[in-house]
Amino acid sequence: MPRPQPRFPEPDTQPFWDATRDHRLLYQVDRTTGQVVFFPRRHSPYTGTTDLEWRESRGEGTVYAFSVVRLNRHPAFAQLGPYAVAYVDLDEGFRILTNVVGVADPTTDVQIGLRVRVQWEDQESGVSLPLFVPA
Amino acid sequence: MVSQKRDAAIVGTYEYPKRKAPGVTPLQIKAECAARALEDAGLSWKDVDGLYDAQDGAGMSGLSLSEYFGFKPNVIDTTAVGGSSYEFHAAHARRDLATGRCRVALLTYGSTAHSDARAIGTAGVGSVGAPSPIGNMQDPWGMTLVSNYAMVASRHMYQYGTTSEQLARIAVATRAHAMRNPQAVQAMTDLLYENIRETTVADVVSSRIIADPLHLLDCCMVSDGGGAVVIAAADVVRDTRKPPVWIIGAGEAAKYSENGSDITVSAGAQSAPRAFGEAGVRPDEIDVAMIYDSFTITVMVMLEDLGFCKKGEGGAFVEGERLRFDSPLKPALNTDGGGLSSNHPGMRGIFLLLEATRQLRGESTSQRPGARLAVAHGNGGMLATSHTGGTIILARD
Repeated sequence: MPRPQPRFPEPDTQPFWDATRDHRLLYQVDRTTGQVVFFPRRHSPYTGTTDLEWRESRGEGTVYAFSVVRLNRHPAFAQLGPYAVAYVDLDEGFRILTNVVGVADPTTDVQIGLRVRVQWEDQESGVSLPLFVPA
Repeated sequence: MVSQKRDAAIVGTYEYPKRKAPGVTPLQIKAECAARALEDAGLSWKDVDGLYDAQDGAGMSGLSLSEYFGFKPNVIDTTAVGGSSYEFHAAHARRDLATGRCRVALLTYGSTAHSDARAIGTAGVGSVGAPSPIGNMQDPWGMTLVSNYAMVASRHMYQYGTTSEQLARIAVATRAHAMRNPQAVQAMTDLLYENIRETTVADVVSSRIIADPLHLLDCCMVSDGGGAVVIAAADVVRDTRKPPVWIIGAGEAAKYSENGSDITVSAGAQSAPRAFGEAGVRPDEIDVAMIYDSFTITVMVMLEDLGFCKKGEGGAFVEGERLRFDSPLKPALNTDGGGLSSNHPGMRGIFLLLEATRQLRGESTSQRPGARLAVAHGNGGMLATSHTGGTIILARD
């Protein structure tokens, strides 16, 4: 069973997920203040303006917080074994919820402050999930 | 302590005694608790003219709920902000009673989360309801509710050096209170808790990890249950049966993770100063703190945000036995046994008001001698991602 997927129509996040098909990690900037907007929206949460610009992230950042899930009854995750859910702070100034993968043992190898980079996991639905691995 | 405005008081309470209640519906629990709370107040069904509801009974609207109960309310408030809804309702009821929009406000809660076998903490989120921007950015990652709160714990440990042993102190004190409360002991029995006894720090940190760094005994139960609170205007209070418990301060807030934000700070940091300011009291004057204990980390963060200690000093604050009802230090914490060991059917906020009222009436099974001031702080939603905080300050005459 696949992971829960982003669902559409959902116009606020559609451009973000469309870009993942090309392995591009997008965020937005409020043109009136220069502030970084994430999660994606049509309006700026800082000013209410719709004068937003899409930009592409380099996909490098730092683990801000994490937890290793030992028990999840959802069928897509129940058989995974322990896995790390994390907030990653991208260098461009936005925070994304994600998984940190690519470590031998997530219960010991993921730490706050760990430098990570994006690694794409293509989905049957056509979108790709931005996961993160140690940089 | 300055003299506060005393416009509205809790005059009737009832906590549904069962935590395993097959064969009844949340709506039936709400109605039964309403009748008993009105009886406790010495008021009657027809006195209710303010209806406050978190739409927990089959998702009924304020209209349908009025019809189901048989009320003709002048005020209908269906604020639904998760577990903190009842603190929001108490704040709104006080405002409405003070301005004469209603005279007798009723808050009810009913849930059969246990009997419905809902895996609230460990089922993962997502893929229900209409597509949403927030859901689309959260659903794919397998973030369970426990892991959401655990992320805050990880960050708290990283920033302040907080330990699992310090978090465990909260669970240990709460269990000690639960063992004195026959309803809580029955709850743990009915929900098949193992080794129902007072716990130690070692018990908590050696229980299995559900989501690092939170252990099984850092997590609340999933029970059935419910309750009701009757709040009345000052002129009604004169004729009620029990001593009034006045609402002297209230605050509400929402907080969510933003770029660069500190997830160890909760909405309580915004709601509590407002509530204490309105009440004209300081945190160190509070005798009993009823703080939403979905998890031990929830309490740790809220103790700091409510002002009992500075941010980051919660670990040191909870050391030793200080949170117990019989500690010489203030405040006593979650003296009913909390969500950890007595009652958590999904939205615990109403039980915070119920036990705070018991304390100020002198009716608790873990009574803090001479308790005069209490705080009830509810937390709703998900602590790491987005949540609400509602703070209510209560005082006896």
